[in-house]
Amino acid sequence: MSSLFDVIFTTEFAFSVLRVTTPILFAALGALISNRAGIINIGLEGIMLVAALTGVIASAYTGSAWLGLTGAVMAGTLIAGVLAFFTLKFKTHIILGGVAINMFASGGTVFILYLLSGDKGSSTSLPSKVLPTLDIPLLKDIPVLGPILSGHNVLTYMSILAVFVVYYLLKRTPLGLRIRSVGENPQAAQSVGVSVVKVQYTALLLSGFFAGLGGAYMSMGYLSLFTRDMIAGRGWIAIAAESMGRSTTVGTTLTSLLFGTADALANALQVLKIPAELIGTLPYVTTVIGLVIYAVSESRMRGKKLKEKG
Amino acid sequence: MKVKYFEVVRTAAVILIALFLAFIIISLVSEQPLESIRIFLWEPLNTKGHIGNVIEMAIPLMFTGLAVSLLFKANLFNLGAEGLFYFSGVIAATLAIHLTLNSFMHPFVAILAGSLVGALLSAIPGILKAKWNVNELVSSLMFNNILFGIGLYILNYKLRDAQAFAAVSFKFEQTAMLTKLLPGTRIHTGLIIVLVLIVAAHFFLYKTKWGYEIRMTGANREFAQYSGMKTAKVIILVHLIAGFIAGMGGSVEVLGMYSRFQWSALPGYGLDGALVAMLAKNNPFSVIGAALFLAYIRIGADQMARFSDVPAEMISIVQAIIILLISAEQFLKFWKNRMLLKEAQRNV
Repeated sequence: MSSLFDVIFTTEFAFSVLRVTTPILFAALGALISNRAGIINIGLEGIMLVAALTGVIASAYTGSAWLGLTGAVMAGTLIAGVLAFFTLKFKTHIILGGVAINMFASGGTVFILYLLSGDKGSSTSLPSKVLPTLDIPLLKDIPVLGPILSGHNVLTYMSILAVFVVYYLLKRTPLGLRIRSVGENPQAAQSVGVSVVKVQYTALLLSGFFAGLGGAYMSMGYLSLFTRDMIAGRGWIAIAAESMGRSTTVGTTLTSLLFGTADALANALQVLKIPAELIGTLPYVTTVIGLVIYAVSESRMRGKKLKEKG
Repeated sequence: MKVKYFEVVRTAAVILIALFLAFIIISLVSEQPLESIRIFLWEPLNTKGHIGNVIEMAIPLMFTGLAVSLLFKANLFNLGAEGLFYFSGVIAATLAIHLTLNSFMHPFVAILAGSLVGALLSAIPGILKAKWNVNELVSSLMFNNILFGIGLYILNYKLRDAQAFAAVSFKFEQTAMLTKLLPGTRIHTGLIIVLVLIVAAHFFLYKTKWGYEIRMTGANREFAQYSGMKTAKVIILVHLIAGFIAGMGGSVEVLGMYSRFQWSALPGYGLDGALVAMLAKNNPFSVIGAALFLAYIRIGADQMARFSDVPAEMISIVQAIIILLISAEQFLKFWKNRMLLKEAQRNV
């Protein structure tokens, strides 16, 4: 047990929590926005994968990490746009649409990777760029906090910034109000002149935008190349985090951090020979338990109200 | 043109569009597009071995397609077949390694155990949905990852053969493996099992009271509830049956096609099952055709990857297009409306 604490109570571990939380947090914010607009986007995993590959390709061919990031985000938004077009215009079922996006991404990325690099496993032969890390002046010299908070990838800081942006967007802007009203009651929103389809389009595009940032981080920050199926379930963890966080910005952020910690723990505990496979299931188990607790208390409340009325 | 043929025509149109897209992709990437397309279309039928490949591939797709069809028929968006298929495979593999039985009882016991485990695990999201209205989609997706984690743990820590070079289990006992039906192919007795299941599912769904209740609950749960059906029970029942079928699929696939357990990632058949169910419009008999079609284009793509310069992953792009279009209610709707209008005018 003491060796467990030796692993956890280090600045390296705290640093790695922020590092692995970044992609989950980005995607979870994406899931949050689309869910608040009443559409569940289960294509996040695939969107992240496509964005990760696009980032690598774009940065390799332009020689600029920032253009790579731009490309990744545009690809994420574009894929979300395709999903939005089919579900909102053609009335494809949103879940099946998400399944299609994931299927497309897992094979399509390998397909394109092979055409460009002749390799189906990873993008080692492409000279892709990595986004810079930031040393924050002053902060980096503070003991304990410095090594934890300074020296992260620029996208990690952007993910923290994104939390505030999304919070402000949903709570304080007209678009946020529309998104929430469409999610809660589309008919009522429609009746006061809100274009439900337009709002849902916007929400899905935004969710693709954030998932794209998460994907870019994976191949241009977390790692420095693209590998096959490199998202490895982070899109699903993000959906779990959003659902555990009860579709609030604060809740989603905290659960993302919690799941990030579980993920970092799984990495750290491999040293202690505790099976990573089992620790990897923790976010999902927690989510199921959370869902059940919420649903049970919800149905109890409904039962009480009925009794009071009767 | 009659309106009642509309769905058939629409499905055909979707398939044609998807194939057309496949040709475009091939033409873009291949040095010799015509030859590649020829391989893609004809090679699966060219030799007995290749026809065998198509049928082998269709067997697991039929299992999961049937399981998902039943769930979709009850209007339950549960994508848990993926995790159940995997986990039941692990269970069947464990029994195939550790039991000593004769060559009839061994696969029978292993498959039955895998199926029962599938049914029980599938019941959990079902009960949560029926009793407390927990979203079955989210819970089943979470269960996929949980079951995968536990299954992989069992593979790596309990079943793994340290002598083998890859992450694979110990060899199954010879008695556990399913008999091959046709020499020269790997088609196994699982084909008979799944065909019997499909006939049984058809009978169950359309000729029994329970089947009727499932269809009614799917059409409108509240209405079914008001007309006196216990819809909570129906939902749990569908989950049990679908889990049983998906679990059986995983067990049969493992014992029919492999001599060691070797899936270190989810094999994807559960989600493919959703595609099969959609192509089959959730109809048990149509599942056969849908699974064969999907298996056909996949084997075609595999052959193309082997004999030409187009990677097999192309097929996942085609599959995605099929899903997007086939479940698109509005796709070609204008045409249906025009047909309806014409028919109405004729009747006046």
